[in-house]
Amino acid sequence: MIAVSQQPIDVASVLAAVEGPSEGGVVLFVGRVRDHAAGRTVTHLDYEAYGGMAESELNALAREARASHGAARVALVHRTGRLAIGDVAVAVAVASSHRGEAFAACRWLIDTLKQRVPIWKKEWYADGGQWISDRP
Amino acid sequence: MKVLLFAGLAEALGAREVELDGAPPANVGELDARVREAWPALAPQRFRVAVNQRYARDDEALAPEDEIALIPPVSGG
Repeated sequence: MIAVSQQPIDVASVLAAVEGPSEGGVVLFVGRVRDHAAGRTVTHLDYEAYGGMAESELNALAREARASHGAARVALVHRTGRLAIGDVAVAVAVASSHRGEAFAACRWLIDTLKQRVPIWKKEWYADGGQWISDRP
Repeated sequence: MKVLLFAGLAEALGAREVELDGAPPANVGELDARVREAWPALAPQRFRVAVNQRYARDDEALAPEDEIALIPPVSGG
């Protein structure tokens, strides 16, 4: 399961997507919308994606995680559109033979996703909004 | 040549795509310089260029039918 979607993310189905008989370690990362950033109160977020490229980059990340980071099965889902505080923005699930590889691959996936996948976040505050750049 | 814009770049120009007039640029580096010249609001911005939905290097050659997008620093997750 690799997707960029406006629909709410069903975390249970992301987890189920990496089930397999040979994988004993499963790690799930869930990124949720938080009510503060850099000392300011956040009211909600807008996410925008370059749809086709975002999905192809997610697919490339999944391939790389399997080839070089010890992941056996990978699921990556990112949401777009307007999200409220507490909404799930991203879910990453990794299954590996053992827990060490699963933790490492999941960490690599979310870190690399944030650097590479063409998705943008706009934070909204009481007095307006601002596009965020994670790589200043 | 059509150029796709996202996030703060789309907001800066008030458009999700713009048309770069004149002969198509020969490569990505030339495209970068031409769009910054054509739209002064882009001149100070940080962005990478994607060609056919892949990040491209400055020396990558362009064809008229390529899908070009300007990718400001990403902030997913």
